[in-house]
Amino acid sequence: MEPTDVTNPEYFHKVVDCQFACPAHTPVPEYIRLIAAQRYTDAYMVNWESNVFPGVLGRTCDRPCEPACRRGRVEEEPVAICRLKRVAADNKGSIADRLPQVPAEKNGKRIACIGAGPASLTVARDLMPLGYDIDIYDNQVAGGGMMRSQIPSFRLPIEVLDEEVNYILDMGVTTFFDLEVTSLRDILDKQYDAVFVGTGAPRGKCLNLPGLEEAGDAVHIGIDWLANVAFDHVDSVGRKVLVLGGGNTAMDCCRTSKRLGGDDVRVVVRSPFADMKASPWEKEDAMHEGIPIYDNHTPKEFVVEDGVLKGMYFEKVEARYDENGKRSLVPTGEDWVFMEADDVLMAIGQENAFPWIERDLGIEFDKWDMPVVDTTTFQSSNDKVFFGGDAAFGPENVITAVAHGHQAAISIDLFCRGESVADRPPPRTNLLSQKMGIHEWSYDNAVEADQRYIVPLAPLDKALGDRRVEVELGFDQDTGFKEAERCLNCDVQTVFEESRCIECDACVDICPTDCISFVDNAEESELRARLSAPAGNLAQDLYVSEVLPTTRVMVKDENVCLHCGLCAERCPTTAWDMQKFLYNVTKAGQAQQAGGVSA
Amino acid sequence: MSYQVPKFRHPELPVNELGYTRADYEGAISTLCAGCGHDSISGSIVRACHELSIEPHKIAKLSGIGCSSKAPTYFLGKSHGFNSVHGRMPSVATGAAMANRDLLYLGVSGDGDTASIGMGQFTHAIRRNLNMVYIVMNNGCYGLTKGQDSATADEGSASKKGDPNPFGAIDLPGLALQLGATFVARSFSGDKGQLVPLIKAGMTHRGFALIDVVSPCVTFNNNDASTKSYEFVREHAEATGTVDFVPMREEITTSYEPGHSQEVTMHDGSVLHLHKLAEDLDPFDRASAMLALERHRAAGSILTGLIYMDKDSRDLHEVLDTSRRPLNGLGEEDLCPGNKVLQNINHSLR
Repeated sequence: MEPTDVTNPEYFHKVVDCQFACPAHTPVPEYIRLIAAQRYTDAYMVNWESNVFPGVLGRTCDRPCEPACRRGRVEEEPVAICRLKRVAADNKGSIADRLPQVPAEKNGKRIACIGAGPASLTVARDLMPLGYDIDIYDNQVAGGGMMRSQIPSFRLPIEVLDEEVNYILDMGVTTFFDLEVTSLRDILDKQYDAVFVGTGAPRGKCLNLPGLEEAGDAVHIGIDWLANVAFDHVDSVGRKVLVLGGGNTAMDCCRTSKRLGGDDVRVVVRSPFADMKASPWEKEDAMHEGIPIYDNHTPKEFVVEDGVLKGMYFEKVEARYDENGKRSLVPTGEDWVFMEADDVLMAIGQENAFPWIERDLGIEFDKWDMPVVDTTTFQSSNDKVFFGGDAAFGPENVITAVAHGHQAAISIDLFCRGESVADRPPPRTNLLSQKMGIHEWSYDNAVEADQRYIVPLAPLDKALGDRRVEVELGFDQDTGFKEAERCLNCDVQTVFEESRCIECDACVDICPTDCISFVDNAEESELRARLSAPAGNLAQDLYVSEVLPTTRVMVKDENVCLHCGLCAERCPTTAWDMQKFLYNVTKAGQAQQAGGVSA
Repeated sequence: MSYQVPKFRHPELPVNELGYTRADYEGAISTLCAGCGHDSISGSIVRACHELSIEPHKIAKLSGIGCSSKAPTYFLGKSHGFNSVHGRMPSVATGAAMANRDLLYLGVSGDGDTASIGMGQFTHAIRRNLNMVYIVMNNGCYGLTKGQDSATADEGSASKKGDPNPFGAIDLPGLALQLGATFVARSFSGDKGQLVPLIKAGMTHRGFALIDVVSPCVTFNNNDASTKSYEFVREHAEATGTVDFVPMREEITTSYEPGHSQEVTMHDGSVLHLHKLAEDLDPFDRASAMLALERHRAAGSILTGLIYMDKDSRDLHEVLDTSRRPLNGLGEEDLCPGNKVLQNINHSLR
């Protein structure tokens, strides 16, 4: 193999599994160390800079970081990254003096954001400090988009959401709430310099089964029903509730039903339990509240008597997988199953809808009637119009919407300054030795063996009695510290300098996880077979040195490195050093401020 | 400073026949200098014991005084250990081996502990062919007292702050051959590919197995003028051949090119393959081994690998016809057979 080019920022970035997996690339180990140091406000600001809604995400994030966490590869469970983020948000002090200054003198450019969800708010957050005038339009009475309408308050208290939405709106954003935008042409006619569309995926899917029409008001679209609950238009539900679907919306629907009078609430899903789209912890939370999940049941028809919904029929199926792993659900041939219901909530997916965008505005739509959007610049074929969040490429999650918002803001800024939107700013990186003295590091390199801590919950009867009572109580500071200590500090990189190495094998001998080998070089597949321990995780890179005096190369399998620093401690010549790699996605305007140089 | 090694290990570490991973043969974190060759030898011992599937509690590790003799703390944390007086490890090993022949005795010593203060003990353990492995972690200097030349330092070699050594070195393998040792090998701490099979062969050999391991002292004796530095040893080591050790229970899967190859079956059924053997050495002929050692010494190179092995070695237990059972397994009836037997003995002496 060729020697690894560690000057390419993406190499070490990939080693920080959590940060690499995060759509917004939040520097996770950096803020976890700050939490361990009880510097909650600093930890919060590291988050806020990157993901804009730490308090919201610390409760509701889809957590792509956690399955990626290296800790999950050396023991049972990853670090509870999401819940640690909440510790920072819960314990922070005032951040008023840390928010970016919005210049009194504007730059004369006006931007419209359609939709006030996480994507639009991120665009506003990034562009307001640069002097832009921003108008936000939304059909809801307050900002937050789906974070307000679809995430139930027992998972996300309204005060937490309001606080983080207001940090942005208070920068001087002009809001047009409770106003449905019905024509993009009208917006463009207002002579904005750019328009950002962050309208989400607002249309819930509906199953057109026999009896649907007769069932009438007893059948609800999940996301619309959740919005009606959130805005107090709905405050009760029938005693028997069926929730159709297996995603996180289904989990929110069933748990909300349980709080609004639902007594016999069931989730019914076509797929096997293990294949359900909902996050494992959300399924657990629903079942903890006494809600059974019936998998492998396909809905067939509504049963309505005298204009009143009585229940639904389901066909039992089983999953079969062909040789390509493609799944098909095959009826088992058993009798249909009848389940009683007073109300049925459909949570079987949602989709984008752009009836309000005229098709003659230069915005190209594809065969699925979705706008054609550049995946890097988020620009549409009308170069003034940008898309982000679920509106861009279909339903994802809050953290993805934030990541889109940052990138769209860069594009809008470049566009408004007459520069090429394709000219993306490089990340801002910093690599710094953590050596304090002989065998002394500026990070806590000891690896704690603690298992993942459990987040305490509110008592069940109290939680089910009021939909506004938050279920998860969050870690207290002590538990937060202990959980933070589980972090392996994967951003503290093992950096190898071959010219210093005397090939004494000390690093090989001490490494607890057998990451390091000195072997004859070969092609990657053969090299992996030569290492001192199995190196079968192809998703994880090999760090290969230049050829050493004995004609061998040093090869480090990054896969299960504990970043404990023992290789560097046992190295007599400091050929190994532990260096902290900070990687920040460049935000709009930052490349200009820093003169494009790494900070 | 780290005081312990993290608990986590590679999740796919191979297990041996006992179900143990290599981690089960490790010891405490080393307090030797970073880069010390001794740590690599410890690593090789761990690997050899794991691969031989030896139950940790069936091993006794014994040592004297010195950096080398601290090393047993850093491997085989679940085995028996005895850290004895300076240079007196062989007599402790002799007593232990006589009392309990069921354990595997692993002596760990240094050049000072063996070639100076312990020389008298070392020679007699060899002469008696005590059933043990005797590893010398040989760095040519007294590292624990700041690097003075030891008795194995080569003539002309200079340590970091020292003058060239005016005296000739004691060559431990040569001395052992002279004394009638039945297994003599030399290796280098930085060559696990050679050292691990040699340790395995030594552990399987019945009788005294000397493995002299050149082990650079990174702090005091790894400089340009030293003949025991990593660089010097790498440039001047010449192997007698390649050693492969196949334990009794394993199928032989490697095939060897014809010529310069020998295969030896050990007393327990394990097989030792010696291939790419040097033409001028017959490792089963003592005179040939002594000549080869002398030739390499004269040429300024370091002969490594298996130097000599007596295939028909008879260890001290066989020579003395001792009890087949360890003493702690003997009951009162065995130890005190009664008045009648005593009378018979007395009668026979009259």
